[in-house]
Parts: sequence; structure tokens; C-alpha cells
Amino acid sequence: MQESLEEQDLSLESTTPRAATPLAIHMQGIHKRFGAVAANADVELQVAAGTVHGIVGENGAGKSTLMSILYGFYQADSGTIEVQGQRVVIRNADDAIAQGIGMVHQHFMLVDTLTALENVMLGAEPHWLLHKADALVRSKLDALMQATGLQVQLDALVADLPVGDRQRLEILKALYRGAKILILDEPTAVLTPQETEHLFKVLRVLRSQGTTILLITHKLKEVMGLCDNVTVMRGGRVVQELPIAQASVEGLAEAMVGRKVQMGRLDAEVRAAGDTLLSVRDVLVKDALNVVRLHGLNLDLRAGEIVGVAGVSGNGQSELLDVLSGLLTPDAGTLTLGSRTFDATQWLDPQLARELGLAHVPEDRHARAMVMDFVAWESAVLGYDSLPEYSRGGWMSHTGMRKATAALMERFDVRPRDPELKSSKFSGGNQQKLVLARELGQAPKVLLVGQPTRGVDIGAIEFIYSQLRIMRDAGCAVLVVSSELDEILALSDRVIVMNQGRVTGELAIKDCTEAGIGLLMTGGPQ
Amino acid sequence: MNANYTLPRWADLVLLPAVCLAVALLAAAGVVALVGQEPSEVLSVLVQGAFGSQRGISYTLYYATTFIFTGLAVAVAFHGGLFNIGGEGQAILGGLGTGLVALWLSNSLPAWAMLPLMLLSGALFGAAWATVPAYLQAYRGSHVVITTIMFNFIASSLLVYLLVNVLRPAGSMSVESAAFAASAKLPGMHEALAAVGVEWDASPLNLSLVLALLASLAVYVFLWRTQAGYRLRAVGSSQSAAEYAGINVRHQIVIAMAISGALAGMVGMNEIAGVNGKLLLEFVSGAGFTGIAVALMGRNHPVGIIFASVLFGALFQGGAEVAFEVPGFSREMVVMLQGFIVLFSGAMVYVIAPMLAWVLSKVLKSGVQHG
Repeated sequence: MQESLEEQDLSLESTTPRAATPLAIHMQGIHKRFGAVAANADVELQVAAGTVHGIVGENGAGKSTLMSILYGFYQADSGTIEVQGQRVVIRNADDAIAQGIGMVHQHFMLVDTLTALENVMLGAEPHWLLHKADALVRSKLDALMQATGLQVQLDALVADLPVGDRQRLEILKALYRGAKILILDEPTAVLTPQETEHLFKVLRVLRSQGTTILLITHKLKEVMGLCDNVTVMRGGRVVQELPIAQASVEGLAEAMVGRKVQMGRLDAEVRAAGDTLLSVRDVLVKDALNVVRLHGLNLDLRAGEIVGVAGVSGNGQSELLDVLSGLLTPDAGTLTLGSRTFDATQWLDPQLARELGLAHVPEDRHARAMVMDFVAWESAVLGYDSLPEYSRGGWMSHTGMRKATAALMERFDVRPRDPELKSSKFSGGNQQKLVLARELGQAPKVLLVGQPTRGVDIGAIEFIYSQLRIMRDAGCAVLVVSSELDEILALSDRVIVMNQGRVTGELAIKDCTEAGIGLLMTGGPQ
Repeated sequence: MNANYTLPRWADLVLLPAVCLAVALLAAAGVVALVGQEPSEVLSVLVQGAFGSQRGISYTLYYATTFIFTGLAVAVAFHGGLFNIGGEGQAILGGLGTGLVALWLSNSLPAWAMLPLMLLSGALFGAAWATVPAYLQAYRGSHVVITTIMFNFIASSLLVYLLVNVLRPAGSMSVESAAFAASAKLPGMHEALAAVGVEWDASPLNLSLVLALLASLAVYVFLWRTQAGYRLRAVGSSQSAAEYAGINVRHQIVIAMAISGALAGMVGMNEIAGVNGKLLLEFVSGAGFTGIAVALMGRNHPVGIIFASVLFGALFQGGAEVAFEVPGFSREMVVMLQGFIVLFSGAMVYVIAPMLAWVLSKVLKSGVQHG
């Protein structure tokens, strides 16, 4: 989380004084340091009661730290907090709850093996006899669900609930404990577009009932669609605070990054794709429980073309990437890469894939793309350790690896440019740049990219997009799997849409509309 | 942001273990005082016993040699992401391998051929013994912690069976093999030093100390300088990343355990070839488990393991002196002291480290202000 905190001269624009509206939260002069890093520097936050207030900023801008201070995870080094006009000290989450502050974390804090109802009352059982507690909580929750439209099956095990339901349950849990102020940390990161829509509907209802909502996000469209006011943070400081009527996506993005950013599609020209470099036919994948994950999938990747795979997460995209990169051997099907053809009895393996010019930027950066305990130059050769500049006859060349890593960092603007830093110490965006640098470094013919910008700052997103386009223009066949539709539309020349392990549509970019793809993502016209 | 304390590297490597050790000694001193002894006297006898004479130093290093082997064994497995609790059994099997080849060939082979053969055989036996749990873990999913513990029992029973029923010379009443011929004796340190003109008291300390130091160097080079070591560490830190890199995780598990077992198996060179000159019971006597503490304290790094081994060797040797010299101070008190050291340098490190970081930050800050 250690971002470079250089200050750019984008001055505090408008701290609109809001006159009469009472403030639900007023944080003043908040300072918080972690070692040498000022995570929050003189932060002021005013949230009017009964509004939805967005807090946006890149990773490391200090928004999570600020919320952690409000919720009592951290103590500010200095500064004051007022809740509903009262000066308070919040030492821990219990204090926060007592002040009517509830938080829904990005990673849900639920016990999978308990039911929804049991999760709500866990730690707040109103009676020592469980069946009485159960009845008390149930009647209260029923009323709450009725009033807010947050419907959850109370007797289902959390493990069986879809992600959207789990989130609703988290919100219910906070409301049950008397939250008047609700903090939501990146609530839509795990939701489908439909679930997001539903969530926003609920949040609007809650707002109309007087609940104050703090929304931490990096999705500016959502801020524009839902919030009343927005605070932009950068480098631990508030750089902008304004009513939504005065805000625009472009303006907010610029304030977040500190310079102009170009996110959308650069050109709409139709380009001629080249030879087919990789193709799969009739790929069938079953998981350990014998559930079919890919139903006889066919796909061709051609030189000089970016193919985007759209779909709600968990509809076979991950399996597709694993099959194409050799990590997963399918139950049936064939794969042709260059001049070699593989079938299910003798599938491609990741090492061979690299030798044949196939590079893979995996979806899960933490689990797959890097060894987080390794220093940067060790992670920067992962999978390529047999290259002659890295090792000879089984002996690793430390100087070779360090030099190569320094060069990769330079080329891909990885910050800090320190090959000796542990991989886990880089921010998400810089980790991703290092992984891209490694995978693009050997000039692959085929490039598979999963979630190219997940957890990546806007500034880095722009850079990553430009690198992928450069690869395409150089004749590489690129496959991009992303759960962000905007990303697919910004990058792809051709889009395929997946639903439940099948391709439900294949469209040239000029034929793509958000609504059309959205429909295909849910299974297509019936 | 989870790490809300950070220690400078020098403090992490030097100051922190020293502070942990000091805290352990303080706690032990408290207990010593409780039973009515003078802590400072006990400590001085302990240090005197461990380092005060040639004989004391020799014994300390002799114990340390065994701990280096078992500590390295734990460390290599740890870097491969495996917790090898089976050092004890692998050391027993290693000693068996060393001893069997000596019984078989020591009458016909000269020392220059015999000793390398014994080393190789011990390492192979240890490696083979570790490979079985490794295979079960890699291909069948049986956890090595469980299987290696069980293999310790099997190993010790196997040794008893072989000594009682097979290797015991006819008519002998003691449970041990026949003595090896002279060619199977690893020279003592005093003999080696005498050859270069240095006088040193006779002791069990033998040339396997040199072997242990070479093994430490080899482990360092292997883990951090070779491709095989890189891949082993990759698997140890993140199996899914290793898979992605095209590394065969199952092979690496077997390789890591085999190397680990081979290192534990070299204990036989110290105890069997260096000291006893015959196979007998109880020659490992818990060193396999002490190796876990040693690796823990040495942060799984060969240099740390050497220092931790010397510390534990000193505790063994000095502790024996204390039990002998100080009336009313039993052997169990020494075990307690070892327990404190394991507790504070292993389990309590994460309690002590943030406190130390806090103190350091205060000290450094005030230094800046005054300077």
C-alpha cells in the first residue's frame, strides 16, 4: 500500500460550506502516519446526515485508512471526530457501533457454516436461550427487511448464499445493530451489474429513511449515479470535496490521479486480423464435483487482435484461461498453438506454453502471478528462470536477474524502482506492471490476460491499456478476460460473451452495446 | 497495512534474537531464584561449563554439530513449505545406514574410501526415510506432519528390532552391534588438530563439525544460488504461483523432503562414525526435535542455525555441568531453561518484536531530536 506520495499542484478546489444541514460525521485535522508514510494528512471530512457521500481515490490515497480511523481499527495520531454533532473518541469497533456506525467490509465478515440469522445475532444474542434469541432476532429482522427491501433467506447457510445476498446480509447485520451511518467499502467489486443495480436501489431506500451512507469506491460512474456529495483523496489528503451536481467523471478522475487521463476507446477503426495463432475446439471441463464448467468451447485467437471475454465472474472464464495457458487439462478437446496440436491425453503445460511463445497474466495476482515473499527480482523471473540470462547449468545469475529486473522496471515504470523490495510491498498497480513487464518481456506471440486492472489505480490502468494495444499492433494475439464491461469495450476488437460455461455471443466491437452484452451475459435472449 | 511494526534489518537479525534470549534467561533466573538458588551463580557455572575450558568448548561444539544437521533438515523442508517433524527418525535411519555399511565393509576398505561411503549411505537412508511421507503428501494428500511423526516411531522400533535380533553379536548381552574396524572411525578433532601441530584435549568432538559447516554452506548455496533451490522456495511460498510458473509441485515436495532427510541422516557421521564406533540405541536422543527449535531460532537460515546450534550445544553441555556442580539443581531445571528459550525465541517473537520496534522508534526519534 505504499504509494509514491508526490504532491502535485492541483489545489483544493471547492470546500463548499454547507449551511443548515446537520452533519452526521465531521472529522477534522486527521493525521495518521505508518512509519515514513503519511496515510492521512490534515484530512477534513464533512458528511451531511441522510446523504450518500462518496469517497474516491486511488489505492493508497488514504480513504481506507480514514474509514478505519472512523470505525476504530486505527487511532489517528491527531485530529477530532464528531458524530451527530457530538465529539467522540472511537477506540474500537464496539465504540463505533455504539455511536451508530456500521461497516460493510469488502471481504465479508461472515461465518460460512452458520445460517444468515445466526450470523446476524452472533455476538449480539438478545437472550441466553438460543431459541428465544432466534425468535426475537427473527421478528426484528423481518420488520427490517420489510422496511428496507433487503431480502435474505434467514435460514439458509451463508455458504449457500450468492454473493449479492451475503452483502445484503452484511448490511442487515449493521442495521440490526442500530447503524445510522453505514460505511460501504468497495461494495460493488464482487457484484454483477444486476446485483449492483439492486444494491443501489436499497441504498436509496435507506437514504430516504434517514440513514447516512459513506461509499468508498474507485468506480466513478457509481459515484455519479448514487452519491449526493463526493470527496476525492490523493496522497493522504483531501483534494476535492463537492456536491455531485458539480462533479463529472473526467473531473473526478483528473483530481484522483492529478493529471488528465484517457480511459476510453482510442479508435473505432476496423482492423484486419492476421493468422490464427491459437485455437481450441470442443473443450470440455468438469470440476471436482463433476459439474461442467466449459461446455464444448471453441475459440480462435488471431494475430493483431484483442479478443475480450465478457461475463459475470464464475461463468467459466477462469477455467478458459487455465485451459489455454496449460494450467488445467480439460476432459476433452484439442488445442492448436502455432504448429503444435494437443489433446486431452497430452495437454499443454505452462512451461511448454512459454517456450511456444504464449504468455499469461493470471487473474489472481496474489496467488498466481507472483510469489509475495520473494523480492522483486525473484518474482520478475518466475516461470522464466531457465532463460540463459537468468541461469546456466542450474546456477542462478543474481546479477543477470537484478539487471533484467531493473530494465523491466524502467520500461514499465514500476515504482519504487527497487529490485530488492519484497513483491508484497508494491502497490497493486505496480505489481501488475511488474507481472506485465515479465510476460511481455519475451515478446510473446499469444498473450492471455485475466483481469488486467483489478485493484489497479487509474493512472496505471491507462498505462496497461496502452501496453496491451502496443502488443496487439505488434502482431500479438491478445485475449483479455475482465469482469469490467467498460474495460472490455475499451480494449477489444472482438468480444465473446460467456454464460455458464458457454459462449452466448460473439460480436465485432462495432456491434457491441452495453445493453446487448449485458443481455448475453445473463444467458442471452431466450 | 497489517505490519504496523517494522524493524530495521540489523535489529531483526541481531537485536531481536538477543532480546528474546535475554528475556528467556530472565524468566529462567526468576524460576531459579524461586527454588532458592542464586541465578548469577547458576549462569556463571553454565557459561563456564560450556565455554570455560577446552573440554567444555569441545562438548558444546560436539552437541552443536548434531543440531546443525537436524536444524538444516528442518530449514530445507520449511523453505519447501513442509514441516518435517521426522528429523528424529531420519537421523536414526541415517545412523543405521552409516553403521550398516561400516559393519559390512570396514574390514576390507581403507578409511579414505570407507568414510565417504558411510556418509553417502547415511544420507541415502535418511533421504529414503523422508521420501515415503513426501510421496504420501505429494500424491495422496496425507499430511507430512502426521506421517513423519509416525515414521519416527517406526524408525526407533526398527532400530531396536535390528539391534536385538540381527546386529547383536552372538552371546553379547548389550543391545548394540559389533564395533567397526578402525577405518570406519571419523578422526576426532584433537587428532586432526594434533596432525597440524595444535594441542587440544581429547573429546567426542570430531571432524563431522567441519562436515556440518560444509553442509550449512551447501544448503545456503542450494537455496539461494541454484535454480533447483529457487523452485523449491517458490513452491514453499506459494504453490499456486509455482504451478503457474510451470514448476512440478509434487516433484518439489519429494525433493525438499529427500534433501531434508539426507541432512538429518548425516547425524550418523557425528554420533556413529565420530564417537561410538558401533551401532547402538538412543544415539539421536531427541536431537531431531531440538532441530526444530534450532531452525525456529535460526530463522531457517544456515548462519542462524549455526549460532542457534552452538547456543543449544552450550545449554546441553553447560546444563550438565550445572546439574553436576550446583547442589539441588536438577537436570530438569536445565530442560526448563531450554523450554524458556524455545518459548521466547520461537512462540513469543511476535509479541516481543512489536514492543522492540516501538522502543526502537522512540529511541531513534529522540536521537534525531537531540542531534
